[in-house]
Amino acid sequence: MKARVHVTLKNGVLDPQGEAIRQALSTLGFEGVENVRQGKLLELDLAEGDPASAKERVEAMCEKLLANTVIENYSVEIS
Amino acid sequence: MKTSVIVFPGSNCDRDMAVALRNATGHEPTMVWHKDSALPDDLDLVAVPGGFSFGDYLRCGAIAARSPIMRAVVDHARRGGLTLGVCNGWQVLIEAGLLPGALMRNADLKFVCQDVHLRVEEVQNPFSRGYQAGQIIRVPVAHHDGNFYGDEDLLDRLEAENRVAFRYVDANGDATARSNPNGSARNIAGVLSENRRVLGMMPHPERLADSALGGVDGSVLFEALAA
Repeated sequence: MKARVHVTLKNGVLDPQGEAIRQALSTLGFEGVENVRQGKLLELDLAEGDPASAKERVEAMCEKLLANTVIENYSVEIS
Repeated sequence: MKTSVIVFPGSNCDRDMAVALRNATGHEPTMVWHKDSALPDDLDLVAVPGGFSFGDYLRCGAIAARSPIMRAVVDHARRGGLTLGVCNGWQVLIEAGLLPGALMRNADLKFVCQDVHLRVEEVQNPFSRGYQAGQIIRVPVAHHDGNFYGDEDLLDRLEAENRVAFRYVDANGDATARSNPNGSARNIAGVLSENRRVLGMMPHPERLADSALGGVDGSVLFEALAA
């Protein structure tokens, strides 16, 4: 089974890369983009067969390594 | 004094750190590879050097902080052992949970490599006790992710507990936006742990610890540790 993990910056944490992307979009003529927040997508292939325990394990991975919970949120989708 | 320098794949200030420690202590530091699981016995100080451990993959310092030797480093620090993290070393110590906050991409997104002025904010600790409180020193920085972040509660607590060791200032000692090379909250350049035995700092004292390198402002830190 597969897990998709989205890691994003928490609200209130400045995102200078997102701001640079927003400015580049504006330079290209894409007006009206008020804010950009960039993050990471991680795709994991798991040997696990049970969705509930897969989700639990991936969340533990997020807490221990995949996200820095001081500044980042994460969400886990299992499919 | 017995010292060790941790070496990760991608560390590149490990030998400079070893030279600075050797010159100050008179003893050769032990270089410890990240895959080792134990530190030498009766160790006084562990230094986690600058560089690009594991290519900065995932987040700066994130992979290094989970390598086998870091369990021993965390144990050493929790027992009150002196622990110094410089640049990538500070990132590693934060990721290992030994120091608070986070170090994010520099606010202007550029790698910054220059000399900066620092104000020594705090001298009641083993690392900066050789300086005068309020002294202005000049030390190089070289990093892409040195933008110290903490929520307001953390920043207030660090200030109240006198745990801000160094602050980026201009030549007159004023902490201005222009003197802040990376956007760090409140111009913070170095932070102490609660027990004041762990120091993380972005600037490189080991790069200014010999007059042949253009100055010795950094060697004061190493001499204070060795004294």
